[in-house]
Amino acid sequence: MLKEKYQKEIDEIISRYPVKRSALIPLLYLAQQEHGYVTEAAMKEIAQLLRLTPPQVYETVTFYTVLNLKPVGKFHMQVCKSLMCALAGSDTLLGWIKTKLGIAPGESTPDGLFTLSTVECLASCGTAPMMQINDDYYEQLTEAKVDKILGDLKTSGTSDLKSGPYMWPLPVNAVRREG
Amino acid sequence: MPKHELILLKNMSQPGYSGSLADYEATGGYQALRATLGKTAPADVTTAVRKSGLRGRGGAGFPTGVKWGFLPKDYQGPRYLCCNADESEPGTFKDRQLMERDPHQMLEGIVLACYAIGAESAYIYIRGEMVLGSKILERAIGEARAAGYIGNNILGTGTHVDVWVHRGAGAYICGEETALLESLEGKRGLPRIKPPFPATHGLYNKPTVVNNVETLANLPHILTRGAEWFAAIGSPPKSTGTRVFCVSGHVKRPGNYEVPMGVTFRELVYEHAGGMRSNKPIKAFIPGGASAPFLTPDHLDVKMDFESVAAAGSMLGSGGVTVMEEGTSMVWAALRLMEFFYHESCGKCSPCREGSSWLVQTMRRIMAKRGRMEDLETLLDLCKNIAGRTVCAFGDAEVAPIQSTLKYWRDEYVSLIREAEAADLIMPEAAGVRH
Repeated sequence: MLKEKYQKEIDEIISRYPVKRSALIPLLYLAQQEHGYVTEAAMKEIAQLLRLTPPQVYETVTFYTVLNLKPVGKFHMQVCKSLMCALAGSDTLLGWIKTKLGIAPGESTPDGLFTLSTVECLASCGTAPMMQINDDYYEQLTEAKVDKILGDLKTSGTSDLKSGPYMWPLPVNAVRREG
Repeated sequence: MPKHELILLKNMSQPGYSGSLADYEATGGYQALRATLGKTAPADVTTAVRKSGLRGRGGAGFPTGVKWGFLPKDYQGPRYLCCNADESEPGTFKDRQLMERDPHQMLEGIVLACYAIGAESAYIYIRGEMVLGSKILERAIGEARAAGYIGNNILGTGTHVDVWVHRGAGAYICGEETALLESLEGKRGLPRIKPPFPATHGLYNKPTVVNNVETLANLPHILTRGAEWFAAIGSPPKSTGTRVFCVSGHVKRPGNYEVPMGVTFRELVYEHAGGMRSNKPIKAFIPGGASAPFLTPDHLDVKMDFESVAAAGSMLGSGGVTVMEEGTSMVWAALRLMEFFYHESCGKCSPCREGSSWLVQTMRRIMAKRGRMEDLETLLDLCKNIAGRTVCAFGDAEVAPIQSTLKYWRDEYVSLIREAEAADLIMPEAAGVRH
């Protein structure tokens, strides 16, 4: 149950809005953070918390791509396939990732580590091609960078190639930060 | 040194600028708030913004001060400001930079806008994928609250403004302002039928203003340096100020470039973005995000302001300029964008829901060399029956890539279809099993 573990957060989230239903997506994020996806039990619990019916919660969840209704791997690789990334070579890059992981978009590796998805534009067209892994962006990708990221994730669960606060091009004379 | 004076990107272009409150204050940050709250009447702030000529930077380009003026003057209940940070238009990545690198500039703009319209609550609706951006904003709000720039009785002036970050969850349509409001209310992001407009019936049916990140980030500068100063930048009288243009595609130096409105596409592409990646000539460019019709090299000397781009048959939109070199298949490019629109159609209106599916299937068929000549008429007929027949502007946007590529590069469609026909002559039995 979310309520026992996150009572304080839940109360704080609900307090931001004059109408309870506005807290729906933030609470769904809390549920997804807890289980990796939005479980049926979580939807029922959130419905009760916000005085909604379970279908009202379900109809909202199904509209939004960031909310997962099924379990995903520990690392959810979401590769942008929109035109701007495609112009910078995202199709080739996706092929590389598919070969490295041995799975197609929509599939997960048998060890449950990686799930591969293709997604539409994530607002990084100036630093294409790019992908998002869980909460982090990885930009200006090359095959070598993908190899390093996959290795880093397997060994340490994170990678220093992830993007920091976005600025491109970097200011002249500024310290060059990768990505 | 940049050729033009930077306004919005100025702070973040200084070496070592971190975007913290201390850094922002050191550059004169929150001085507009100090000079305005309790000293200038809210109505005068609206007047100044109207006089500056500032127009919405999200895509529609509606005059900001006029939008604020639509709020009912005598309404006593709550009003809301929503900052549209749901940056999802393919080709656009400026708001992300403005939020992550200089969050206080935008927050100061939010508080100023709230003061002008009499709102005590503001929600920043940021796209769900931008987790880093939402954390940076939350930290900045915390700093501003501790310093007395946000919260109750701001700077002792009796002004109350609270600001919250609300993450969307990955739906392009939520950048449409009424879909944003639905989503913020915890519902599916389906655009509302207008009228009534958000100015009278917005968030929770209360008077509401929805403004884009870049629009709001301009406010501190307008109030500090004056409406006249702003109104003289760019292409007065109708396109004033700078725009942060996002250049992507086959250029040497893609990225965000802030220039006064009215510079030419040629200057942006060849001077700022360094010209073409492989030194091939330009074949096509999209001037204002995926929703804007494609233009050709003949349009490179068009001035980048709202009117000039509209006169050239496209739109300045969100400022996303995507450049394609000679050799790029225009049918392929249009199909890529059509795949996007098909994926993102919210499903509310039949012409868009069904039409986007028909369009994408027909385009896939042509691209796979299984098209027929009558498909071209089918495409145009579908486009005609989608544009202008939907609740929101998505319908107009989704037909732009196909209509414009058919207008300028019809021969590419025809040659793909001719290849299909030639294959049929060899294998006539294939004709019946094309689908």
